[in-house]
Amino acid sequence: MMDQNEKNILKIVADMDEVPTGTAYNIRSNCGCSGRNSTENIKIENKTDKPGIDIIVKPGTKNEVVMIPVVITESGVEDLVYNDFFIGEDTDITIIAGCGIHNCGDNKSQHDGIHTFYLKKNARVKYIEKHYGEADGRGENVLNPVTVINMDEDSYMEMDTVQIKGVDSTTRDTQATLKDNATLIVKEKLLTDGVQYAKTDFVINLDGENCSTHVVSRSVAKGESKQYFVSNVIGNNKCMGHTECDAIIMDNAIVHAKPEIVANHIDASLIHEAAIGKIAGEQIMKLMTLGLTEEEAQQQIVNGFLK
Amino acid sequence: MLELKNLSFQVETENGKKDILKNINLTLNDNELVVITGPNGSGKSTLAKIIMGIEKQTSGQILFNGIDISDYSITERARLGFGFALQQPVRFKGITVKDLIMLASQNKELTVDKACAYLSEVGLCANEYINREVNASLSGGELKRIEIATVLARQTALSIFDEPEAGIDLWSFNNLIDVFQRIHDKHEGSILIISHQERILNVADRIIVVAGGEVQSSGTHEEIMPELMRRADGCGCSLKRGKK
Repeated sequence: MMDQNEKNILKIVADMDEVPTGTAYNIRSNCGCSGRNSTENIKIENKTDKPGIDIIVKPGTKNEVVMIPVVITESGVEDLVYNDFFIGEDTDITIIAGCGIHNCGDNKSQHDGIHTFYLKKNARVKYIEKHYGEADGRGENVLNPVTVINMDEDSYMEMDTVQIKGVDSTTRDTQATLKDNATLIVKEKLLTDGVQYAKTDFVINLDGENCSTHVVSRSVAKGESKQYFVSNVIGNNKCMGHTECDAIIMDNAIVHAKPEIVANHIDASLIHEAAIGKIAGEQIMKLMTLGLTEEEAQQQIVNGFLK
Repeated sequence: MLELKNLSFQVETENGKKDILKNINLTLNDNELVVITGPNGSGKSTLAKIIMGIEKQTSGQILFNGIDISDYSITERARLGFGFALQQPVRFKGITVKDLIMLASQNKELTVDKACAYLSEVGLCANEYINREVNASLSGGELKRIEIATVLARQTALSIFDEPEAGIDLWSFNNLIDVFQRIHDKHEGSILIISHQERILNVADRIIVVAGGEVQSSGTHEEIMPELMRRADGCGCSLKRGKK
């Protein structure tokens, strides 16, 4: 039976009001499984050699959703979990992950989720991941997701990853390898405040002919927070790659951005862009002419930027 | 309703203080459409910005409906009923045209249809633009029309347009003249336009000529235009002729 804090977190990270019916899901709560359902096409099984689950999607599965949220409501928890996704050929599915921590005490609570994807030929996946933290005490909320993506020919994956707020420290590591005609789209949105720390690191190997990637990170750093963005797109074949980091810096925050592209093939077409800047005075002024205060204008600009 | 008393604005330069506006005195009446014109660099846009609170006058007073608003912030003036269309509109990543019009209208009940109607008024196909971000993907002309739509959506007591014609095509410009006339005919508020465009001057109740930071003349279209045309023909003044 879930308590109110768990329910609130589930709503925020997975938009779950209640336990879904007819959908594949696994709810991990305070290092244990508090609910699971497999469907005819999507099987969820415990790993036998380490903590975590295997999610196996049958070839040909279309328009199905699998939800695997993680909730931590205790202080002093250290949770490490390995989730592997085996996505069969000719599939089209949505995976909703995400982790939320309600830290009720003064000890650090941490969740490290290692997610490995194996997309077979012509598989299509939309992967949505939200991270969120809140606290009653002084305990830190730490989330260190690792995402490893292996994409076979003609597969497509779109990864929407959002750190909403309240995560004191995060190291986000994403590695991908793409075969012929595979496409990977990554959209990352991050907000840090106070003395929070966020490091995000992408390494995308474009191995296959005509494969492509588009990695876009938008972030807002407030207060005394620190952000590090590193992205490396490596073109090993005729391919297209684009990586972009766009950050708004506020107060006394620090943002490092290091986009890197490596062409190991004459037909690799790669672009990187990075921009860091404060909110433009003209933007605030324009919204003030619409009746917003300076603070409301800033909030509106940040909300829009991270929307 | 709006009264400027002895308004002056100076800036610091390498060679000391420079007067941009000198003792400006003028009144804008309820539901009046006034166009301020004059050569480039005469201080017209600065005057508009001072009225909106974007720049602060060095001396002088601004009264609105009898209240001294000289020290009011931009927000306070906006909430009193001032609207302002910037000469060079601002881009926002992530904020859509719809978001901006909703913010401008300050009416949570504003329907998408109504928001679209404001876009149509400035010659934009609403369905094509309503969900677009107000970002670098929009051309200068598109952005300018969206800027004007945000002011229309505000339905304010005083709408200020700083060179609304700049950067928009002829077709939209014709619509724009209609929009000004419609607001004016419906008595939906006073309009202050900074413009060089003859066709905008043609719809004004009153034209104020500012040159060298001073009000040089003020009067009806019939009173002011002959003099302006003489100058335009004679010395290459910045007045732009438009087809009637």
